[in-house]
Amino acid sequence: MSEPFPDASGDMLRETTARALRDLLTDAARAEMAGGAMPQALWRGLEELGLPYALLPEEAGGFGAPLAQALSLLIVAGEHALPLPLADAMLARFLLAKAGVEAPPGLLSVAQGSEVAIDGRGRAGGRAWGAPWGRHAAAIVVVAETAGGPVILAAPPSGLKVEPGADIAGDPSDDLRFEAVATSPAPFSVLEARAAGAATRALMIAGALRSVTDMTTQYAEERKQFGRAIGKFQAVQQNLAALAGQSASAAAAADLAAQALDAWGPGLIPAVAVAKVRCGEAAGAGAAIAHQTHGAIGFTREHRLHRYTLRLSAWRDAYGREAEWARRLGAHLIAAGPEGLWPALTAI
Amino acid sequence: MTSFVFPSPPPSPESEALRTQVRAFLRQELADRAPIDRAQSWNGVDPAFSRKLGQRGWLGLTWPKRYGGQERSALERYVLLEELLAAGAPVGGHWIAERQSGPSLLRYGSEEQKLAILPRIAAGECFFCIGMSEADTGSDLASVRTRAVRTDEGWRVNGAKLWTTGAQHSHYMILLCRTGPVDPERRHAGLSQFLVDLTLPGVAIRGIANLAGEPHFNEVVFDEALLPAEALLGGEGEGWKQVTGELAYERSGPERFLSSFTLLVELIRVLSPAPDERAQIAVGRLGAQLVALRRMSRSVAGLLQAGADPALEAAMVKDLGALVEQEIPEVARDLLADGPPTAASRDFAAVLAYTSLHAPSFSLRGGTREILRGIIARGLGLR
Repeated sequence: MSEPFPDASGDMLRETTARALRDLLTDAARAEMAGGAMPQALWRGLEELGLPYALLPEEAGGFGAPLAQALSLLIVAGEHALPLPLADAMLARFLLAKAGVEAPPGLLSVAQGSEVAIDGRGRAGGRAWGAPWGRHAAAIVVVAETAGGPVILAAPPSGLKVEPGADIAGDPSDDLRFEAVATSPAPFSVLEARAAGAATRALMIAGALRSVTDMTTQYAEERKQFGRAIGKFQAVQQNLAALAGQSASAAAAADLAAQALDAWGPGLIPAVAVAKVRCGEAAGAGAAIAHQTHGAIGFTREHRLHRYTLRLSAWRDAYGREAEWARRLGAHLIAAGPEGLWPALTAI
Repeated sequence: MTSFVFPSPPPSPESEALRTQVRAFLRQELADRAPIDRAQSWNGVDPAFSRKLGQRGWLGLTWPKRYGGQERSALERYVLLEELLAAGAPVGGHWIAERQSGPSLLRYGSEEQKLAILPRIAAGECFFCIGMSEADTGSDLASVRTRAVRTDEGWRVNGAKLWTTGAQHSHYMILLCRTGPVDPERRHAGLSQFLVDLTLPGVAIRGIANLAGEPHFNEVVFDEALLPAEALLGGEGEGWKQVTGELAYERSGPERFLSSFTLLVELIRVLSPAPDERAQIAVGRLGAQLVALRRMSRSVAGLLQAGADPALEAAMVKDLGALVEQEIPEVARDLLADGPPTAASRDFAAVLAYTSLHAPSFSLRGGTREILRGIIARGLGLR
């Protein structure tokens, strides 16, 4: 691969990615995606920048930037409400590399859940679900619990039966059935893989909320009622301040998850739980204020706010909703006991 | 780009070393402190405890050594504060002096003022209160009516300050009052700050019972009180600028999201034998908010350390912090099951009552929610 980022600083990575997304995410491309079609030129553009390889070490095609910096590209993806499975493509290669499995070329996706049985020859069969854009993937990565421990597999289209589905945003999220697919032992648990997926969604939510805050503030400055910009009304100002707070809090929590993914230790699960809960709550509260401020125009498919509301909802749903991660975090904190609560919180 | 950015808190290994020392100290010092006393958080006053912190060099940690400080980082101070608050230590005596009066003196005080006062604050022997609010001056601070008039002998002060937390325990007040004429065109002009010795004749302190029945705050009346000429703090007419400069110190610290923390501890004490899923989810949601806030607050400490002025970020921490502080008693009340009382359930009920009755103040003191959100809206460019 060429080297688009000779000086792989985080800012430069983010700026280049943002520019590419601005150029490539045309209305035509969005219309194509809305029908479930893969806009090849767009994906090729992201591939040429090396974005699906962003979480790999430099010698494996990564940028050589710290993992937390590379993960911040997902904030940029969120800022642009990217419907394509960039996060999943990154995650697939990240998990395969961690397991020492060679990744096939092309678009990779990851299933969010699975039920897998191992046959007498060590091959996996079963079902998996929630694979973004799975129908277009060269392989779908599945991490599954088995009697012999967690395994990872990359199911090729030849061994798959894909049942097309969609998430709440209408973006492809497919289920699959497969038989006799070779597996490799995974050096991480199914929960850790799920946490990595949840972290990608938290980061994209943080990015989307940043854009939503910007566009909502701008709208309040432009939209006039009663002879002045609605942003001059204190009631509206107070709401926008709350939106900015939700956005900043989500960003802080997502940043925590990115650092925990980089460190990949016992702190991973609690940190991702904080991020997925906080970002999920912020997505709900933030989108509500954005819509309240935008009024009827924001409730149309014509206005771009809908792209963000839809993906905020989809990313909130993906890899476990707030209740799932809050239960996990709450169980961890309660188990720490009254004297252990504070040390448990400061360890996150 | 209108979004606020909270940079990742910088790594600070020396802070973690300090944390270990502070935890060991507090385990010993607070072994017998009852939950209901811990629940007072930074309202709990114990001058002996303040002096012990001073003896360890844990007050004015960031200040220059010549004024009694240790010249350590804002991140270390942050860790010290959050450990004290999480443990429910009685820090109320020195809290305001150490948090904002000392830093104001450092910034605006004369060399004589600094040398006279700062080492005593750092020793835990000198407490301060904030003389800002008045009967007709709450959020609108520029409307203060207490007035200081320059005379041959010094400054003659008349008026009254209200809602002055801790005045009854304090040695000094930093007083904001009018020294120039009221100018409707320039409302923030003509205000000055003074370093006021509260033992001076003409200064009277009267306690006011709060919702919970405790005299935490006071009315402080100035009746022809004569301050020496050198009591002026900073520049004459510079009061507004100086006051707003304190706000990042006042608003971003861990006391802005840990006021209800003892209640969460006691909640977990009663839940921990057999938590059900509902309790786990509720505690998890609170935990997520606290961790995110803690990260934002540490980020502000990092910005302060780097010499930035994170007043907007501080307003945001305080706004979000008060929400979770007020949510904790709501959640705790909802999870409390009726049943035969036990020692733990009695402690829990007492702490719940205390925290519930103080919760309304969390979004009033130090800047109301509406004022904070107005500041944030200004940061967004809306005002």
